[in-house]
Amino acid sequence: MWLLVLFCLLIGLIIGFQMPILLPAMIAKYMSIAVLAALDSVFGGIRAYMEDGFDNVIFTTGFVANTLLAAGLAYLGDKLGVELYLAAVVVFGARIFQNLGIIRRYLLKKY
Amino acid sequence: MKSNNGALISIAAVCLILGIMMAIQFKSTQEVNPDMFPGRVTELTEKLDKAIEERDVLADEVLELREKLKNVREFDIAMADLQDELQKASLAAGMLEIEGPGIVIKLDDSPRALKAGDNPNEAIVHDWDLLLVVNDLKASGAEAISVNGERIISMSEIRCAGTLILINWVKVAPPFEIKAIGDPDMLESGMTMTGGHLMALKNLDYIVAVQKNENINIPAYSGRMKFTYGSPIPYKERAAE
Repeated sequence: MWLLVLFCLLIGLIIGFQMPILLPAMIAKYMSIAVLAALDSVFGGIRAYMEDGFDNVIFTTGFVANTLLAAGLAYLGDKLGVELYLAAVVVFGARIFQNLGIIRRYLLKKY
Repeated sequence: MKSNNGALISIAAVCLILGIMMAIQFKSTQEVNPDMFPGRVTELTEKLDKAIEERDVLADEVLELREKLKNVREFDIAMADLQDELQKASLAAGMLEIEGPGIVIKLDDSPRALKAGDNPNEAIVHDWDLLLVVNDLKASGAEAISVNGERIISMSEIRCAGTLILINWVKVAPPFEIKAIGDPDMLESGMTMTGGHLMALKNLDYIVAVQKNENINIPAYSGRMKFTYGSPIPYKERAAE
């Protein structure tokens, strides 16, 4: 499972670097939030998978919805003059660390 | 750990997408110059706007200052012209001390001892003698004349006042020293000409001496000039006549 995750990530990185797409500065900002949301989703999924509570539908919809919502919220924040993307960064960052902690503990218990 | 193919596939797919997103994001952030971030752009745009505005204001100021400088220069030129005119006018009016070549005339009463029956009036220098001498000097091209240090100007009177003579309301007494600036040769020949009043006086045994001088100093008119009744007519009205 870990190998699969790393392998897919690596493949994705290679594909992404090969793609001739360059994001404009305006969108790159929202993309960073989207990446953060995606990262959170992936760790959440891994954690759920290890807790045996993995739900495919929740995971995929959560991934898509979180990513788009995070980017959309950041955009809205910019339009309103509120730095909402900071909220997204804090929330996702906290959750990523939380999930990572839980994953670590499971791994420690297992091996 | 339970094997769950569906879960693994979704995680794998999500990881793939995440990888692509991250790669694009890496590339974008690397390519993007930090100066190009939106906040920086706004900041720089603001700065540029401010700089342009400042430049426009300064450009206006430059134009204004140039205009002022031009005016000042014109004013200076006008002032220089005026000073020049004033100098000439002052010179003509006798308000300036003046120096140059000319002649010095010494004139004094006749030293001849009066005999019984002689008219003493025929032995002393009268106001009209001075008047005629000065007139002769003017006719000979004198530019400036003084009698005993009194500058002769257009309104100077030479008038008998008892035993003395008044010039510019200042009492003068013999011996007289008449200075005149002009062509020394012309003046001398004008004064020594037969039939001239000075020569007539000389023939009457008055003490007369005419001397050419290369550098004569004639003082300025020291009295006051007041126009109580007269006032100048402006150029415009004169032109209309």
